[in-house]
Amino acid sequence: MIELLQNLIDGLGRGSIYALLALGVAVVFGVMHLLNFAHGELITISGYAAYAAGQQGWSWYIIAPLIVVCAVVSSLVIERVAFSRVRGESDFTLLLTSFGVHFVVSAVFLLYVSASVKTYPRPGWVTNTYSLGPLNIEVFDTVVIVVTIITLIATTMLLQRTMFGLALRAASADFDTARLMGVKSDSVIRGAFALSGLLAGIAGVFWLMRSGSTTPSAGIDPMLKGVLAALIGGLGSLRGAVLGGFALGLAEVLLRSRLPDSIASLTEGVVFVLIALLFIFRPQGLITVAHAERV
Amino acid sequence: MLEVTGLTTKYGAIAALRDATLTVGSGEVVGLIGPNGAGKTTLLNSIAGLLKPSAGRISFEGRDVTGHPPERLLLSGLALVPEHRRIFTDMTVEENLKIGGSTQSGANRTQDLNEMAELFTVLRSKWNTAAGFLSGGEAQQLAIARALMSRPRLLMMDEPSLGLAPILVDAVFELIDSLRQQGRTLLVVEQNATRMLEIADRAYVLRSGEIVAEGAGGELGKHDDLFGTFIGG
Repeated sequence: MIELLQNLIDGLGRGSIYALLALGVAVVFGVMHLLNFAHGELITISGYAAYAAGQQGWSWYIIAPLIVVCAVVSSLVIERVAFSRVRGESDFTLLLTSFGVHFVVSAVFLLYVSASVKTYPRPGWVTNTYSLGPLNIEVFDTVVIVVTIITLIATTMLLQRTMFGLALRAASADFDTARLMGVKSDSVIRGAFALSGLLAGIAGVFWLMRSGSTTPSAGIDPMLKGVLAALIGGLGSLRGAVLGGFALGLAEVLLRSRLPDSIASLTEGVVFVLIALLFIFRPQGLITVAHAERV
Repeated sequence: MLEVTGLTTKYGAIAALRDATLTVGSGEVVGLIGPNGAGKTTLLNSIAGLLKPSAGRISFEGRDVTGHPPERLLLSGLALVPEHRRIFTDMTVEENLKIGGSTQSGANRTQDLNEMAELFTVLRSKWNTAAGFLSGGEAQQLAIARALMSRPRLLMMDEPSLGLAPILVDAVFELIDSLRQQGRTLLVVEQNATRMLEIADRAYVLRSGEIVAEGAGGELGKHDDLFGTFIGG
C-alpha cells in the first residue's frame, strides 16, 4: 500500500512533465493537423540557451525563465520558417516537415556547438527529499506537480474564458467555419504555437533541471513522450493529452518498480507493448474526438 | 451591394461553377435555387472566400473583394451560414455566439448576446448547453444567430432548411421572413424552391454549374419548364 502510494506520487511527478509536453503537441495538432515530431527540439534549443547562460555565470533562477522564453520564441520561429510554408498541405507533408525540423535542429547543434554533453547550473535542492509519514517525497516532484496544476488551471481558464481560447477551440473543431466567423488563421495558428512553446518551456525547465545537461539529440526523448502521451489520450483532445501524460508517467513508474530486477531495464519496451495493446482495443485513444457533423 | 461577374470555380480540372453573374441589391432577399450538384454551394463558398475562383470578379459595396480570405470578408460585412450549419458541437450555445461576434468589440458582443437571447427564445433556455445536444432546428437557429453576431450587411445562407422536419422548416422560413422584414440583405440557397420563391424578391436558377434563369420570385414560380430542373428533368 505504502509502495503503491509512493509510486503514485513519483508517477504524478513524471506524468506532469509528460502532460505539459502532450498538451503542447495536442494544441498544435488541433489547429493544424500537424503531429509535431519537432516538439522536443524546443527543449534542445532551450538546453543550449541554458548552457550559454551558465557559461556567463548566470544562476538557475535566471536560467529557468530564460528556458521558457527561449521555447516560446523558438516555437514561433519554427512556425514562421518551416510550418507556415506547408500550411494546408496533406498531413503526411506536415509530418515529414516536422521530422525535417527535428533533424536540422540537432544537426545544427552537432555541427556548430559540439557532440559532447553540455551542462549548466541547477538548483541544489533538485535531489533533496522530505518525509511525509512513511513516504519519501522529492522536493523537485512536489514543485513539478504544483506548477503543473497551476499551469493546467491557467490554460483551462485561457481556453474557456478568453476570446483567443474560444477561437483556438473553434479552429480546432472546424477551421473553415472558424474563419467564416472571423477567426484569423494567422493569429490562431501563431497563438497555438506560442502556447505550445510556453507549455514545452515549462516542461523544459523541469526536464532540463532534472537531467542537468543537454546534447544535440536531447529532444528525442521529450518529443517521444509528448507525442505518445497525446496519442494515448486521443489525438486532438486536450483533456486526453493531459490524461495520456499522467497515464504514461504512472505506467512507467509502476512498471519500473514492479518488474523483476532482471527485466526492469526493459521498462520502456514494456510500455510500448502496452501502448500497442491500447491501440488494438481503442485505436482512437482514451478520449474519442467527435468529428462527425450533425445534419 | 454585391456584384458577381463571370465567376468560375474549379475543383481540379472540373469547373463546378461556370461564368456565374449575379447581383444582390441592398435590402433585397435573393434566392439561389437548383437541383443537387448544380453548384449552389460552390457559388456561396466562392463568394465567402472559402474557395478561390479561377476567373471572375466579386465586388461588395463597390470594392473588389475577389480572392479575399473569409475572415477579411467578414470584417467587410459579408457573412455565411454554412451548409450543414457547422456549429461547434463541443462548445456551449453562448460560446458559439461569442465566436460569431469575435470581430466585434467586447461591448458590442455583450449587447448582441443579449439581443440574440431575446430573439431566439429556444436558445435562451439552452444557453450553457453544449451545442451538440441541440436538435436540428435549434442548431439551425444557432447557426443563423451566430452569423448575425458579426453584424453582417449581407447574410448568405446555405440550405437552411436541409434535413429539418416540416414543422421546423416552417420555423426557418419564418425566421428568414422576419430577417427580411428587418430590412436585412439576404442571399439564400435553397432546394425547397417553392417556399423560397414565396419570400424572395428575386431568384436565380442554377443548373450544372451555370445560371440558367433569373427573375422575380413570383414569376419564376410560374415557369413549369424551370421547375423541371428541380426534379431533375
